[in-house]
Amino acid sequence: MARFAPGDRVRVHLAHPPGHLRTPTYVRGKTGVVERICGSFPNPEELAYGRDGQPARPLYRIRFAQDEIWPDYRGRAGDCVEVEIYEHWLEPFEGGRSEP
Amino acid sequence: MSEPGRGVHDMGGLPAGPVDRSEHDYALWEKRVDALLVLLSDKERRLLRVDELRRGIEQLGEAAYEDMTYYERWIASVTGNLLEKGILTSDELGRKMAEVEGRAAADPDGGS
Amino acid sequence: MSHDHDHAPPPDQDGPLSYYQVMETAVRELLIEKGILTADQVRATVEAMDARSPAIGARVVARAWTDPAFKDRLLADGSAACAELGVDMGPTHLVVVENSPQVHNVIVCTLCSCYPRFLLGLPPDWYKARAYRSRVVREPRTVLREFGTEIPEDVELRVHDSTADMRYMVLPLRPAGTEGWDEARLAELVTRDCMIGVTAPKSPPSH
Repeated sequence: MARFAPGDRVRVHLAHPPGHLRTPTYVRGKTGVVERICGSFPNPEELAYGRDGQPARPLYRIRFAQDEIWPDYRGRAGDCVEVEIYEHWLEPFEGGRSEP
Repeated sequence: MSEPGRGVHDMGGLPAGPVDRSEHDYALWEKRVDALLVLLSDKERRLLRVDELRRGIEQLGEAAYEDMTYYERWIASVTGNLLEKGILTSDELGRKMAEVEGRAAADPDGGS
Repeated sequence: MSHDHDHAPPPDQDGPLSYYQVMETAVRELLIEKGILTADQVRATVEAMDARSPAIGARVVARAWTDPAFKDRLLADGSAACAELGVDMGPTHLVVVENSPQVHNVIVCTLCSCYPRFLLGLPPDWYKARAYRSRVVREPRTVLREFGTEIPEDVELRVHDSTADMRYMVLPLRPAGTEGWDEARLAELVTRDCMIGVTAPKSPPSH
């Protein structure tokens, strides 16, 4: 079922294909930690074009450190952004498991 | 300006001005647009997905984000999707829109 | 130069109908003529929309403040816990994120305007507009300051971007000085904006 578990470090694909995408540009290519598995949902990239979105894709909430996304971030170290990302946009990131 | 591969709606992290906290009450026609999507996408009908609505809005392009209001973009996308699916045709829409305009002109206070 | 007009739509009934208002009426009437939906269904859907307001979310928050077991269930499965209170959540998968003395949460949808509308009603204009959507993921402390909210340096700020199938609501910190208050009284302190996370709840009146 789900390829990743809470605590896994993952990297978001760095890609800019056309289509209806739910992966915001600002997290593409960035690494974060799986905060939770949200379940499996039909793929919106397919639903957007009138298809059924099957097979359903596992959806994760990924926690990104603000200073990972924005090197010039001026808030507190430890501030973060959490974004829902579908599994096919994620790849394992070596460095392994850390606490979410 | 816009980057290739980045839709105008995909705006997280881009520079922008201060938040304007003024609000407006939604007009009846705006709520009706919302209701059309709710009904067309419900379990009973399943004629239109939110994902299709959003794809349609995203395809309106940059100018639409600047020149159209929120529910104007919605109704443009709902209508575009209904045309693509063959649920409505341009011919019947054109005739009906002329009829609606004619009614409104004859009775400006009669609403729509 | 980008400029977002989301905050200033034209008034509804002054002057002739706009092109898109005409389109709305035409589409609605055609769908009714084709038997795809009925005028009553449109009316009922608008009425249901009008009936939803932040008072629903406030009731959920006040219950969580007074009933620890309910709060645990709310944090574990937001939609199921809201259903216990008779709140119709539709198809929404609700995630409730809890503020604490160490963590402050704030919600946005950078790609669109996703919002927990079954709990809060329709979103305010600023939630859907460019300034908030663009900036709150990158400079959240500055944006919150524009709402008059100062997050102390020792508090972690978490921004939740609702990009897909979850919807979020913030469970704010219960204000000090409300010991012994019942749910109805507590609910009056809970504003829409504090459930989005851009402000704190109202303070109890001081004596």
